[in-house]
Amino acid sequence: MTSTQENDILAAGTRAPDFDLPAGPDQRVSLRSLRGRPVILAFYPADFSPVCGDQMALYNESLEEFAEYDAHIVGVSVDGPWCHLAYAKDRKLKFPLASDFEPKGEVSRAYGVYDEKWGTSKRALFVIDAEGIIRWSYLSPIDENPGAHGILGALDEMKEHAA
Amino acid sequence: MKLDQHAPRLAVPVSARDHAQGPADAAVTLVEYGDYECPYCGKAYPVVKAIQQRMGDSLRFVFRNFPINTVHEHAGVAAQAAEAAAAQGKFWEMHDLLYENQDGLAEVDLHQYALKIGLEIYRFDADLSSEIFARRVREDFRGGLRSGVNGTPTFFINAVRYNGEKELDPLLAAVQGAAEEKKE
Repeated sequence: MTSTQENDILAAGTRAPDFDLPAGPDQRVSLRSLRGRPVILAFYPADFSPVCGDQMALYNESLEEFAEYDAHIVGVSVDGPWCHLAYAKDRKLKFPLASDFEPKGEVSRAYGVYDEKWGTSKRALFVIDAEGIIRWSYLSPIDENPGAHGILGALDEMKEHAA
Repeated sequence: MKLDQHAPRLAVPVSARDHAQGPADAAVTLVEYGDYECPYCGKAYPVVKAIQQRMGDSLRFVFRNFPINTVHEHAGVAAQAAEAAAAQGKFWEMHDLLYENQDGLAEVDLHQYALKIGLEIYRFDADLSSEIFARRVREDFRGGLRSGVNGTPTFFINAVRYNGEKELDPLLAAVQGAAEEKKE
C-alpha cells in the first residue's frame, strides 16, 4: 500500500473539513449544524459487519457516556442512505449514519481515510471540539473494532483543558 | 495524546466488588467482560472452565457484565439476574445456568433458574426489577468501555487486554505465559 501525503489521516490540531451528507433517505447531517459541541466521527468500511464485535452497536450502547460530554456521534461510510436505514433499523441505532456516497468517498478523502483499493472508508475515529478543530484522530486496523476508550480519553482531555 | 491503543489495560482494577473464583493472590487474574446472550461468550464459557481446571489455584477468574442490549434484548436483564443472585451469594450458580441456557433468557426463564438454585424468590423478583442491579451492570459496562472492551467476550490477563483467538489452546497458552512471567 502506498501512503502519500494526501492519503494521511488528518491529525490533531487540524480544522475538521465541513461536510453535508444524507443521513437516511430524507435527512441530512452537516458538521456545521453540530458546531458548539464536541463531535465524534466514526468512519467505517461497511454496514452489516458481524454482530457481537459490531463497532456501531457498541457506540449505540455508549451514547449515554458520550452524552455526558454533550458529544454527538456520527457514523460515516460509503453505503447509500437506504442501506444505512436498513442497518440502523436492524441494530436499533439511535445516532445518525452519514452516506459518503455521492461523490463517493469525498468526505473520507478529505479526512484522509479513504481506501482506494477497496473503495470504502477506512476504519478511523475523529474527536472534534466545539470550535471544529480535530483534537484526536485514530486510524484503526480495518478488521479491529477500536472500541470507545480512545474517544472517551480524548473527550476527558478536552474537558480538562476547558476546565 | 498518550493513548496506547495497542494494548489497552483494565481501567477498573479487580476489587472486592467483583465476582471472582480462585485465590486473590493467584499468579494470574483473568477478567472476562461478557454478555449472557452473546453466542461467542457462550462458546468461550467451556473454554474458561477448562482453563480454570488446568490452572487450579494459580488462576483467579473474574466476570464483569458487558451487555450489548442493542443486539441482545435479554442480555441486560440476564446480567441483572446474575447480580440479583449474587446478592444472595449465588452469582456463579446463576452465571453457569445462564451460559448453559442461552436460548432461555426471558424473565420467566430467569425466574425458573432462581428457583432451581434455591434463591429466595420474592426477593429475587423484586431485585430484578429494581434499579440497583441495573446500575451495577451499567457500572461494569462503563468500566469496560474505558478499558478498551470492543466486543464480547473481551479478556484481560493480568490487566492487559488479550487480543488473540478465544479458543482453548491460545487463551490457555497466554494465561500460562502470564503465570510463567510472574514466576521470573
